[in-house]
Amino acid sequence: MNADLKHLFDPKGVIVTGVSSHPGKFGSIALHNILSCGYEGRVFAFGREEATILGQKVITSFDSVPSNEADLMILCTPVEVNEELVRRASEKGVKAIFCAAGGYSETDEAGLIAEKRLVALAAELDLVLAGPNGQGIVSPHANLCAQIVAPYAPKGRIAVVSQSGNFVSSFLNYANQTGIGISRSISAGNAAATEIVDFLEWFAVDPATDVALCYLEGLEKGRDFFERVKEITKEMPVVLVKGGTTAGGQRAAASHTGSLASDSKIFEGMARQAGITRAPDIESAFEIAATFATQPLPNGPRVLVLTTAGGWGVVTADAISQSSELVLTPLPNDLKETINKLLPPRWSKNNPIDLAGGETRDTIPELLSVASKHPEIDSIIQLGLGIQGNTADLVRTGKFYPEHGLERIVDFHERQEKRYAEASVESSLASGKPILVASELATTQPDNPMVRNIRDSNRLCYASANRAVSALNHLVRYSSWRNQSD
Amino acid sequence: MTTTSESESRRIVENAGIPVSRWRIASTPDEALNAAREIGFPSALKLNGSSIAHKTEQGFVKLNLKTEPDFLNAAKELLENEIDDSNLLVTEMLSGSREVIAGMVRDPQFGPCVMFGFGGILTEAIADVEFRLAPITSYDARDLISSLRTTGLLKEFRGEKALDIDATIDLLLKLGELAEDEQILSIDLNPLIIVDGSPIAADALVELKEETV
Repeated sequence: MNADLKHLFDPKGVIVTGVSSHPGKFGSIALHNILSCGYEGRVFAFGREEATILGQKVITSFDSVPSNEADLMILCTPVEVNEELVRRASEKGVKAIFCAAGGYSETDEAGLIAEKRLVALAAELDLVLAGPNGQGIVSPHANLCAQIVAPYAPKGRIAVVSQSGNFVSSFLNYANQTGIGISRSISAGNAAATEIVDFLEWFAVDPATDVALCYLEGLEKGRDFFERVKEITKEMPVVLVKGGTTAGGQRAAASHTGSLASDSKIFEGMARQAGITRAPDIESAFEIAATFATQPLPNGPRVLVLTTAGGWGVVTADAISQSSELVLTPLPNDLKETINKLLPPRWSKNNPIDLAGGETRDTIPELLSVASKHPEIDSIIQLGLGIQGNTADLVRTGKFYPEHGLERIVDFHERQEKRYAEASVESSLASGKPILVASELATTQPDNPMVRNIRDSNRLCYASANRAVSALNHLVRYSSWRNQSD
Repeated sequence: MTTTSESESRRIVENAGIPVSRWRIASTPDEALNAAREIGFPSALKLNGSSIAHKTEQGFVKLNLKTEPDFLNAAKELLENEIDDSNLLVTEMLSGSREVIAGMVRDPQFGPCVMFGFGGILTEAIADVEFRLAPITSYDARDLISSLRTTGLLKEFRGEKALDIDATIDLLLKLGELAEDEQILSIDLNPLIIVDGSPIAADALVELKEETV
């Protein structure tokens, strides 16, 4: 299927059904969210009774809808009336339906029949049908928040599709927390007509999207999914969380191979083969997708660790050694000589580069710049930033501030943190290599000037080095999958 | 669904270019002894027939027969089972301390899959096996092998050579090609013994869709 899902994610006008004077009804909530999040296309509120809701005149007949002004309809009305509404909408030029309404195949036999009829009707009228029983569409690039639950999300490069509407909310909550935004998101509901893989295919050609983030439960056409996803992953990374098990069935039972072939084992192998990036849980799935969305793809596995001091470097080196893809590369000799000129002799002289407190004002930006350009280094993990900001915080809130020259030192520390954050982004962009900054301050002190500056540059500050290592490991695996020669 | 005899299974995988231990078929103990002399001692002896699937559990396998008298006794003993359409399969005893398992199975959702993993008596307990959807590329096969948890056990080990990765990839590609034959429902190569680095099947079991003539 290659239907144009543009009408779902970038509509020129939207009709919402099920709008009433009760502000808690799904139709009313969807209308509210569309109107209040800044959608600029035309909006039509459809209800049973004429009224003015949220300043919007409620219409009770499609006669009041001009032709070709709305191409998307959000259905928040009961099963019994929806087929008629779809027919009328189609006559007015609607091209896509998002059916938020429940009462379909998720309920009983009658619901299943109603769902099949709705799917057949959409096919007959040549309409895109998403849902039913989904929570809605959030498409920040179109300023569109057409959903019956919170939240909205900032604009970004991650496209979300989920078989559970609540996980759409979870991903969008993380987007709001981190500032790493969303291009499109959709709760696929029962995915009766438009399936998860249909959305992924469209995301792959959507100019607003760089990476897909997907929560998948059931899978009915496994082979078809595989054949299509492995083409999609050639265009963009697909980060996937799989819940539950796929429908199994009888395999040749007399063989050992058959008895060892569990559904989860086969799914796991299929996912690797298709170039899917599998995440174990929702939080890390978002973090991995956010890394794909904000960092360049590494060209190889060689990681350099740069730390201002101590144990951070050691545990990070351990995590890299235990990872499946990453290599803690020996420090190249020419780079060692360059660093010797920048630092007093007590620095580590190896990877991790431990500055051992020997840095001065410009050391870290200079180091990042030369190290990131080195041809034998593919990526950098940067640790131990934020200390100066932390120090500044204690001084600023202490009883001696701003006397005793303390104001000046606080300013200095905070300025330095800003420089470090900027240098890490600049070196990454200039070299085209990932530079990941990790510090617990990301969660313990989100107002730390380093953390704030990383966030303002639209990148993630990872809450621990292990999380940075894990995200980078996925980037390297995907990069190597994409470069496979045969 | 039909399980074929080990000799027929061996023929199918051997024709596909998959290495199997040397073998002969015999109908009488004397014929079997001649075959064993050709193959060399120690050798193994199995009762062979299409109705015999789980030979070990039923005591239809005699391994590591070192002398001619032992061999003859074992042959006579096996034939006393008087199973219809059965004969004797004489094979070489492969020498290698590590075993792997490989196979092909058809999944109702994903279609034909190639499997490879750590073998031996611990296969089912450890269950360190991986699957890929057939047909596979050599990239897939290499990735499959390296994604095993016990991949370290396939490196150089107690004076034995490391597993020949290219030979293993080749074997997995051939299993994938066999999946193109719709008649073949599943293949078990269990165990494959690692001899001088190369995986060689010491047993083979092929399930076919219907009785072949």
